[in-house]
Amino acid sequence: MAKQIPEVDIVVDEKAGVIREVQPEKKLRSKKGHERRVNATIYTILILMSIIWLCPFVFLVLQSFRGESGGQVAYVIPKQWTLDNYRFLFEGAAFSVQLLFKDTLAVVLTVVSNLIGIAGMVAFLRRKPKNPIEKSEGNLKAALLVFAALLLVNFIRCVDSSNCDFVRWFMNTLIIALFCAVIQTFMVLCVSYALSRMRFKGRKLIMNVVLVLGMFPGFLTMIVLYYLLKMLGLTQAGAVPGLILVSCASSGMGYYISKGFFDTIPKSLDESARIDGATRLQVFYSIIMPMAKPIVIYTILMGFMGPWGDYVFASYVAFGHKASYNVAVGLYRWVNTNDYQGYFTRFCAGGVLVAIPITLLFMALQKYYVEGVTGGAVKG
Amino acid sequence: MNDLDFLKLSKPQKFLHNLKKFIVSIPGRLMAAIAGLVMWVVNLFKGIGKGIADLVMTYVRGDWKTKVSYTVMGFGSMARGQWLRGILFFVFQTVFNLYLAFFGINYLSKLSTLGTVETAKKGRVTVYGDNSFLILLYGVLTIFFVAAFLYTWYVNVKQNKISEQILKSGRKLKTAKDDLASMVDTQFHKTLLALPTLGVTLFTILPIIFMILVAFTNYDNQHQPPQKLFTWVGTANFETLLASDSNDLGIDLQDKGNGVTTMTITAKNGDIITVDTTDAEAAAAADALAVDSSANFASEVIGQDENGKDLYRFTFMGDAGEDVVLEASNWIYVATPSFSHTFKQVLLWTLIWAFFATFLNYFLGMLVAIMINKKGIKFKKLWRTILVMTIAIPQFISLLYVSKMFAADGLINGMLMSWGWITEPLPFWTNTTWARVLIIAINVWIGIPYLMLIATGILMNIPADLYESARIDGANAFQTYMKITLPYMLFITGPYLLTSFTGNINNFNVIFLLSGGKPLAMDLAGNAGSTDLLITWLYKMTVTDSNYKLAAVMGILVFVVCAVINLVVYNFIPSVKNEEDFQ
Repeated sequence: MAKQIPEVDIVVDEKAGVIREVQPEKKLRSKKGHERRVNATIYTILILMSIIWLCPFVFLVLQSFRGESGGQVAYVIPKQWTLDNYRFLFEGAAFSVQLLFKDTLAVVLTVVSNLIGIAGMVAFLRRKPKNPIEKSEGNLKAALLVFAALLLVNFIRCVDSSNCDFVRWFMNTLIIALFCAVIQTFMVLCVSYALSRMRFKGRKLIMNVVLVLGMFPGFLTMIVLYYLLKMLGLTQAGAVPGLILVSCASSGMGYYISKGFFDTIPKSLDESARIDGATRLQVFYSIIMPMAKPIVIYTILMGFMGPWGDYVFASYVAFGHKASYNVAVGLYRWVNTNDYQGYFTRFCAGGVLVAIPITLLFMALQKYYVEGVTGGAVKG
Repeated sequence: MNDLDFLKLSKPQKFLHNLKKFIVSIPGRLMAAIAGLVMWVVNLFKGIGKGIADLVMTYVRGDWKTKVSYTVMGFGSMARGQWLRGILFFVFQTVFNLYLAFFGINYLSKLSTLGTVETAKKGRVTVYGDNSFLILLYGVLTIFFVAAFLYTWYVNVKQNKISEQILKSGRKLKTAKDDLASMVDTQFHKTLLALPTLGVTLFTILPIIFMILVAFTNYDNQHQPPQKLFTWVGTANFETLLASDSNDLGIDLQDKGNGVTTMTITAKNGDIITVDTTDAEAAAAADALAVDSSANFASEVIGQDENGKDLYRFTFMGDAGEDVVLEASNWIYVATPSFSHTFKQVLLWTLIWAFFATFLNYFLGMLVAIMINKKGIKFKKLWRTILVMTIAIPQFISLLYVSKMFAADGLINGMLMSWGWITEPLPFWTNTTWARVLIIAINVWIGIPYLMLIATGILMNIPADLYESARIDGANAFQTYMKITLPYMLFITGPYLLTSFTGNINNFNVIFLLSGGKPLAMDLAGNAGSTDLLITWLYKMTVTDSNYKLAAVMGILVFVVCAVINLVVYNFIPSVKNEEDFQ
């Protein structure tokens, strides 16, 4: 009987400089069975994970409808279903139309400035582009977005929420988030465009300084910022504009991701436009901006979502002044004060109301978020 | 060792070899860094010297317009028809002079002492003296302003020199219109960076410099302006936090509920532990214990506290590792453990936490991404959407809820008890180890989706032919992972891992919202708990204790830790070491 020669492929692994023996492929049929087993395991793991990931949120929603006790209980499904927790959140909120400022002059100024804003916007939209460079859909859309945000902010205080903490906190946070989204995006785009497209003396220095500053813990400077805001009268009652100021002032330091994006846009585009006689400003808003749409949306999304979770500085600045809390501070206090037993289900209800719009927004713009974080991780 | 020798080594040997090479290179690198710094300083001074020489020469050679510009900024520009530049220079000079004369000089002169006039009460009226805080803040601000002025003044003089040269060569100077036009064109970067730079200077650089200076003062709750002054103390605060003698107290405090606190003291042979308390009941319990305990034990009344209560001091002299258990209500622990010991403990936990939070999330997230992206797995989008929920929902909702879920009276304990699996609540947040493990686990819940998204994007970019050739060579799934996927991922995400590690050192939200740093530990000073990170401890120091001087030192130390890690790890990142590998 002939000696059986083992079926072995010989492969040269060049990198290691070794010759390895590798088993040949197994028969196709057993491979399919193997594949099926692997897939089954993966499905099991994924389903288990999904349960773990969703459970807390399902519990949160279920407990927000519980009627029998305001504290924590040992079961998930409420024995008594109720909307009382939600009703509590809106107690005393009167929905009446009211402008941001109360005295006549302020109202007149608000109306006039809005009219000028609208007129300017209309003129901008109707204008006939002189050359092809200006003909750009992207910046019109961006301008419209800013305009819509401004309008919204102007009329946001339509809901008179003086009697209801939760509605007021929600509105405070919404205002902060809208302003942050617009201003932070503006700052970040300015810095990242300048650092990415232009070469000037001190460019490297700026980048290094920002890198070093970023390594200091953020809360270190809390008391100084508090005093700076206090000098400007932007603490306690003025905490909302104060928070906007602080979170926008230094936002230019977060330029990394969008600079990375700008770096990938070929420079030849700029150069050809410059040869055609466009200024840097024109290149910026009519060539780069439309191409940078994903990163603009990412920056807006991040700017908008940030303030919803901002607890530390918000609680420090608004200390003791209930009317200028944001949702994080308000709800944190509900659940961590002495009588949180009574407020636990209310916290759940508030949490649900905050989470729903944010989650929907995030899911809708998820594509851009993924683009941003992936780009950011690759470039560091 | 030549390249061929190196290739023959096994993986761990290669790593050791690299490590050795790195450690050996540290002195050289340090020297290079110091030399670089020295060169930088030398160049700086050279530059300043050159600048001054230039200023003198410009004055000597310049015409009368230039000479006037030395005292009246912008005069030369205006006289030569560049009125926009001239006016701006002049306005800046006027504003600066007024600021310095009526405001800045007052604070600048007191900066060396931080104020000497104490706030006093004359009858019923409080007469406010110096405010050290404002002196320091405005002093730094004034120094900023002076620096900006000197620079502007230099630019103003240089402008004159350039203008003279241009006029001599017969060309025309730029008009105001040209200047404005250049703002959106050749000088566009200045327009773009003006506002962000102003914001960062006022709201980041100024506060950071202020806090760095606070680290060298005695600013705390005993020295709080405007009632009290604070002053410079040199490096005393750094010594408090970094002193080498640590008193490792073998004391463990556990809250049993119902106002009963158990204190376990493990006194090793020869150790002397002193505990002070103001609580008479606790004192009685301790006295009773002394009778039937073999521990060497002494108690005495050492005085009275602010409320006039007797202050007892117990001294335990350790007897071969015997545990002494004291059980009392309202146990008040007065003796303070040292800050340096606490700092080491907290730093250690911070590093452990950052390690697990980074690498556990990284590998698990990658694993999940690979599973979801595997060929033949359906509903990819559904799985992703479910996982991404934890990113979408604000952390203060999800983390606060989960934290309450694991509380002693929370859902998990409640359910387990109602099912009869346990009789008393599991100590999720009261036992150090439980709390630490739970925090890391919950962080996985929060962190995996993020890594999954990143990994998904990168996995799709791995060239398919790499896998194809691996398959033809007969590599199994594990081998392809180890030889292709992992190296590629590490190569691409190296810098991300680094930022994520330092990000986790400063990960405030997870710790603060989950445990708030609890459980409190007896052997930690300054209200620190066993799960406190440096950053949450810093927060407690600032907000709860008003111990600003130590908070400032902590902030500087966190910076040093982050900077050192960045520098060291940067040398090990493959994408920096061999840039060409995957290109």
